[in-house]
Amino acid sequence: MNLEEYKGVYVYAQQVDNEISGIAYELLGKAKELAAPLNTDVTAVLIGSDVKGLADSLAEYGADKVIVVDDPELKDYRTEPYAHALASVINKYKPEIMLVGATAIGRDLGPTVSARVATGLTADCTVLNIGDFPLNPVPGKEDEQKHNQLLMTRPAFGGNTIATIACPDNRPQMATVRPGVMQKIEPIKGAKAVVEEFNPGFTPNNRYVTIKEVVKAVSNTVDIMDAKILVSGGRGVGSPENFKILEDLAQVLGATVSCSRAVVDAGWKPKDLQVGQTGKTVRPNVYFAIGISGAIQHVAGMEESDIIVAINKDEDAPIFDVADYGIVGDLNKIVPALTESLKAELAAK
Amino acid sequence: MKIVVCIKQVPDTKGGVKFNPDGTLDRAAMLAIMNPDDKAGLEAALRLKDQYGAEVTVLTMGLPKATDVLREALAMGADKGILVTDRVLGGADTWATSTTIAGAIRNLEYDLIITGRQAIDGDTAQVGPQIAEHLGIPVISYAQDIKIDGDKVIVQRQYDDRYHVLEAKMPCLITALSELNDPRYMTPGGIFDACKAEITTWGRADLKDVDDSNLGLAGSPTKIAKASDKVRKGAGEKVVPESPEEGVAYIVGKLKEKHVI
Repeated sequence: MNLEEYKGVYVYAQQVDNEISGIAYELLGKAKELAAPLNTDVTAVLIGSDVKGLADSLAEYGADKVIVVDDPELKDYRTEPYAHALASVINKYKPEIMLVGATAIGRDLGPTVSARVATGLTADCTVLNIGDFPLNPVPGKEDEQKHNQLLMTRPAFGGNTIATIACPDNRPQMATVRPGVMQKIEPIKGAKAVVEEFNPGFTPNNRYVTIKEVVKAVSNTVDIMDAKILVSGGRGVGSPENFKILEDLAQVLGATVSCSRAVVDAGWKPKDLQVGQTGKTVRPNVYFAIGISGAIQHVAGMEESDIIVAINKDEDAPIFDVADYGIVGDLNKIVPALTESLKAELAAK
Repeated sequence: MKIVVCIKQVPDTKGGVKFNPDGTLDRAAMLAIMNPDDKAGLEAALRLKDQYGAEVTVLTMGLPKATDVLREALAMGADKGILVTDRVLGGADTWATSTTIAGAIRNLEYDLIITGRQAIDGDTAQVGPQIAEHLGIPVISYAQDIKIDGDKVIVQRQYDDRYHVLEAKMPCLITALSELNDPRYMTPGGIFDACKAEITTWGRADLKDVDDSNLGLAGSPTKIAKASDKVRKGAGEKVVPESPEEGVAYIVGKLKEKHVI
């Protein structure tokens, strides 16, 4: 493998139902930052059926170039034709860095493609930058230190430890990146990218599975990852009916309701409202954790919130270890009273 | 039908994580358990065995003490246990791990391979799909329901806002979500038998079609540059109000102070 041949920062521009996913824009924002010290440009890889029209929006969010793989076989996501598409793009264009969202799609596509092109993949990264590997030169082996490497930082052990990982001897350097962590750029209206179409050919084989049915959940109007204020409930709320008091509070604040895994497991709320390691990573301005004990898997998904307010009757609940403001008490009394008080405050303005 | 279930022994992070005085993870103080997603995968395999008849082989890669999770799996109802262990396999990243496990599985006959979606220590969700890639078989990740129809498997594959019902011809690899089922308990008879059962142990020499350059720490494309404990932002204030009203006044005061309202 001649590492010098590999150039450019590439982003997998995930689309679902021919709509670009937010993570694609977030990755483009990060890719632009990484491309600057490398003196290279940013390429989005857009894979799907009838998706060419989406290229302009990728340009507005920072793509200098868009490679479009457009084929009827690629209508809905399936591992095989998508992995073939992305691996073929990598083999042909030889990117130095390949970023994929750590979504339910990317965490399937990423590992399959990395194994196919025989490179490393670092999962669920939360920080990416360009630096040296090893971080400090080994005495006597200064010339073996590699520069301009992608340094990929990720949590492990449910967020208890963090590791920074490099991929010094293989290309591309691949990472999946947690949604909600990287920042999109302000879109540049009317920006255009160089659009290149590429079709490696798709011949169904034993690895193509058949989609018998697509069952969509009733989607919520607001994605919890976009909310400025989240009112999040846990098992302590007690029942699905009792979420009403959280919804009332959310309404007064213009906030969105989210929840912990226990609530989803109990069938009280749909999966797309779940915050945490197996749910979504959120970082709103204010996060109300109500009746949430604060298991580390939950904390991993919300600890970057600007302000965390926790209400819990258990004084020793671990949520108080990350809360800026913790109130020990009965949520059934405090939350409705808080709603009324905020109503009065806001009416007085 | 022959089913291979890949399982991993992991430190239990659920009951709180223990640290040494120097701040590093105290693995010795933490219980070593069968990874929850893997256990759900095993349960799925055992249900297929109950329903359609199958031979279930559990396979793990790890230190010799990982036989504990193999015995647990046998006590739950698995038929055979295989431990892949060798010093040269240590320090493997997901590429080297999946290469190793694929090399072991090439010795076996299988219709279905089931892995957990991800392990709670690494949380990568990469090894399952990468095993499938090395073996050249289809992968269905994030399975929330598994059924068999002749030589085909029908799986509900979970996404954020939907699921797909997928049909694949076996052999096929499936990664299981812990939401898939509630794993059964070990039975007393099962525990008794499992204690006596023979565990097959394989080393480097038993791996089929695997190059040395793809194994262990040396064969891992990803390298750790730095590992550290996460610096948490730490607790803020905590109040125990005399009345709900006092608690409310406290929150409203803070929200004003921070210009939220």
